[in-house]
Amino acid sequence: MKKLSVLVVSLLFSGCDQADLPVTTSDVLPTEVADRLPPSAPRTFGFGGEATDERIALWDIDVKPDGEGLPSGSGTVAQGKLVYETQCIACHGATGTEGPFDRLVGTEPWEEWPSARVVGAYWPYATTLFDYIVKAMPQLTPGTLTADQTYAVIAYVLNMNGLVADDAVMNATTLPAVEMPGRDRFVADDRRGGAEVR
Amino acid sequence: MAKKSSSPLSRRAWITTASGVVAAGLIKTQADAVKIVAQEVPTPAQDPTKVPGRLTSELGQRAPAEQPRRLVRSPNLSSSSRTPLQDLYGVITPADLHFERHHAGIPNIIQEEHELLVHGMVERPMVFSMADLKRYPQTSRIRFVECSGNGGGAYNRDRMPTEVTPQSLDGLLSTSEWTGVVLSTLLREVGIRNGASWILAEGSDAAVMSRSVPLEKAMDDAMLAYGQNGEAIRPEQGYPLRLLLPGWEGNAQVKWLRRIEITDRPTMTRDETSKYTDPLKGGRARQFSFVMDAKSIITFPAFPYQLPDPGWWEIKGLAWSGRGKITRVDVSTDGGSSWTPAELQGPILSKSTVRFRHLWDWDGRETHILSRAVDETGYVQPTVQQLWEARGERTSYHHNHQRVWKVASDGAVTFGLGDLV
Repeated sequence: MKKLSVLVVSLLFSGCDQADLPVTTSDVLPTEVADRLPPSAPRTFGFGGEATDERIALWDIDVKPDGEGLPSGSGTVAQGKLVYETQCIACHGATGTEGPFDRLVGTEPWEEWPSARVVGAYWPYATTLFDYIVKAMPQLTPGTLTADQTYAVIAYVLNMNGLVADDAVMNATTLPAVEMPGRDRFVADDRRGGAEVR
Repeated sequence: MAKKSSSPLSRRAWITTASGVVAAGLIKTQADAVKIVAQEVPTPAQDPTKVPGRLTSELGQRAPAEQPRRLVRSPNLSSSSRTPLQDLYGVITPADLHFERHHAGIPNIIQEEHELLVHGMVERPMVFSMADLKRYPQTSRIRFVECSGNGGGAYNRDRMPTEVTPQSLDGLLSTSEWTGVVLSTLLREVGIRNGASWILAEGSDAAVMSRSVPLEKAMDDAMLAYGQNGEAIRPEQGYPLRLLLPGWEGNAQVKWLRRIEITDRPTMTRDETSKYTDPLKGGRARQFSFVMDAKSIITFPAFPYQLPDPGWWEIKGLAWSGRGKITRVDVSTDGGSSWTPAELQGPILSKSTVRFRHLWDWDGRETHILSRAVDETGYVQPTVQQLWEARGERTSYHHNHQRVWKVASDGAVTFGLGDLV
């Protein structure tokens, strides 16, 4: 009985080993042989449609740390103050420190604020602000800020954190260039299983 | 967990809801404890063998006295609810009790209108309807999903809880049979271009939740799931489509999945920089700490249960590892001085919870009971002191240290770590 259940389980969860490896020209190879396609499977199935450039552009609004994906437009610290005080202040407080939701401002060593993860001490990339705010903020009306408003409010938040000057202008060129104090804090995950506790 | 028949429950059954009326004499009033409200189960008027029973119905219901509930602490748009681990049997979490963690609420999505866009460093950028996805070869796998913040309530030396239930402490853990299409099948379909090394997975919720995932994992055992425990995936779990990354932290397993971009670098989204990174000693923070290391918790006996008398009791709990199979769970009934391998309930599946059991002849004296899981990499679930030493006392996420319960001489069970640190 035990052997039978082992066999069933191995059939269910190990699959066969005549793996048809996914078509990839990168160096990445799959390590799990379970549920690979049978040898008879076609090279492609063709279920699904072509994604046109227009279709991709509609959703591909994420911003990479080097600034790829940032739209045109710009905003100043002064403009951002207006955006902040109408759109953000209720959740993040007058100076970005009062809450009730995430604290945004702080340049203390982050050890003083280990759970606050403030922009000035912890966030490693300024571009993340754009990627996040333009999609997810304000929380009750997400995705409603224009590119100019988003650049502006980021300029204001960075200014409150002492990271850009009062006359700073944020745009697709200046935003990725902002030096973030949190940048060098991050290290790769070194946990590997085995006997060690990391 | 069924209460002993010496309790008032034998005459009056009570049903769990959020309103907080407490059954007298059984469970102490704790904000944290199982919340109970009066909904008396009708006492059978007659011998059930002497009266015809109910007819068939289109949708079954739980027995009136069996009403496990998720624990919702402070409902808001970015919030969570927890699985009642102490109330469940086996390893499968009923879909309506699967824990929740949302970042901008649960979106309303019409399956017929939902699409998945796969683009970036691919030969053929494609859009898939749900019908398209369901036409691809289908796979089912039993896997746990755990929030990496699970158990953080029992890490801080100064705020170590005593009156905390398994649900309250570790209920951001659930296990389901997930059904869908293996992600590598779709990536094969679109054709990955040379140099690609990451994907960006993005949800269709109001947070447009997005995470970067190494392509290696996407090609390994990642899955696009549309089924959960035999039915369509629940809205709270990502209906109609979620990313499943077996063994990895829940946050990266993006729900309501609408887009996958193949890239050559991580996007550095908010939830992989400001959140879900683990502060370490020396001003460092660990990033992309995806894997949920081996862990276990005794779910019985546990707070607020009170053992009514000494004698034979079966200690029961769950163990799991994001690195593969659990190979052993040790149980100690003397505060960690000696350990005995527990019985593991098969089948033992990779990256799934496993039920463990240990028969215990309690002598009625105060003691501490605890468990430690070992996985197939040889990793042993650490003590909290080991994690403090490795990461510092102010880290967050991935709190997989041993859970300790104190059993008092009157049988009352409380979370016991406070006595040992």
